[in-house]
Amino acid sequence: MNETELMDQPAANAPALDAGTQAIFVDYLLHLGDNGLILGQRLGEWCGHGPVLEEDIAMTNIALDLIGQARMLLTRAGEIEGAGRDEDALAYTRDALAFRNLLLVEQPNGDFALTMVRQFLFSAWSYELYRRLTASTDPGLAAIAAKAVKEAAYHRRHSGEWLIRLGDGTAESKRRAQDALDDLWIFTDEMFEAQPGDAALAAAGLIPEPSSLRPDWEAMVERVLAEATLTRPDPGFRREGGRTGRHSEYLGHILSELQFLQRAYPGAQW
Amino acid sequence: MTLAATSTPKDAADVRALLDAVTDPEIPVLTIGDLGILRDVRVDDAGAVTVVITPTYTGCPAMSAIELAIRDRLLEAGCEAVRVETVLSPAWTTDWMSAEGRRKLEAYGIAPPADGAGEGRGALFAADPTVRCPHCGSQETEKVSEFGSTACKALYRCRACAEPFDYFKCI
Ligand SMILES: [Zn+2]
Repeated sequence: MNETELMDQPAANAPALDAGTQAIFVDYLLHLGDNGLILGQRLGEWCGHGPVLEEDIAMTNIALDLIGQARMLLTRAGEIEGAGRDEDALAYTRDALAFRNLLLVEQPNGDFALTMVRQFLFSAWSYELYRRLTASTDPGLAAIAAKAVKEAAYHRRHSGEWLIRLGDGTAESKRRAQDALDDLWIFTDEMFEAQPGDAALAAAGLIPEPSSLRPDWEAMVERVLAEATLTRPDPGFRREGGRTGRHSEYLGHILSELQFLQRAYPGAQW
Repeated sequence: MTLAATSTPKDAADVRALLDAVTDPEIPVLTIGDLGILRDVRVDDAGAVTVVITPTYTGCPAMSAIELAIRDRLLEAGCEAVRVETVLSPAWTTDWMSAEGRRKLEAYGIAPPADGAGEGRGALFAADPTVRCPHCGSQETEKVSEFGSTACKALYRCRACAEPFDYFKCI
């Protein structure tokens, strides 16, 4: 990755921010980049194991989009931070506590139904988020968002169609889709939960308020669940903490694979 | 190769003519101009060349290969200073694919992006566009999967001739 400069726009086009806001914004960019990196890594685990060839190819294509977005977002985080960390340093040398991804994306793949439910809940959210981020006052983030929203639309479509097919399919496929939905629902509140610094970022026009995405996300999820004849789980127990580095046990295991080469051979290139 | 006769490019038009030889490594019938990823070419008074390109998808693995191919082609032709710049904005769209590119794509066996899908592109409940089979020309085709051999293509099947084919989907 080192050889290619993904964005030749230097940090010169970064918005003028005070040091406190800048640090919070870097953390937010890591949140977006880590979502793509970790979910991309999870989907990559399906490579060679998909239920049919077409879906094997689809999941790895989605992984490729997500990792492409992650590369750009981590590069942007490094530029804004201005401490000399590039995409590789950020992806390969941070420990689990420094990762800012949602707990949802680090959950194990489970069966195909669970992977599709996870993808749909995430993509329906990231589509709404990137649509709004195209208007970010950071031109670097706005440009990435304009590309990411087009990709998220296809990810949402692919996973949403699968939810309908599985939910409104056989008794077995419906049971599996409903179980997956029940298992993952506790992680969805985290997507709309504001962190203490988010208000300052929203006031600077850098990001939307997290809670502002909820109505559009709800409407899309309700529509798909209705078509899929699936039941919306009761709100109840909820899990959050990914954005502050309090992850599930799974993240460390993901990183041990993802970061192995750079940890064993620091600075290795090919 | 008969490159010896090539004279050093003097202006942007010369550079663009040279870049007609640079193709997408995954779809070798399309030049970077056909694809619409070649965004600008500038030659300054000292002869230094700047080529501006944009990626199709964020994760497109062909970008570094394309950048290298541009550099090689121009250095080979005698340019001394070549800079390849990657920009993200405005975001690439299949609308930028040339008419010539669409014809070449279909002749190669890949259905070109449908016109006029507009803002509904990729929308969950939007109807699929009508895609013509690049083998027999029938419009009796069906989508097999939203994702094909690369991120930019979907997998289709023709109900008339029963052949599978790739469709370059609209973004
Ligand atoms: Zn046909």
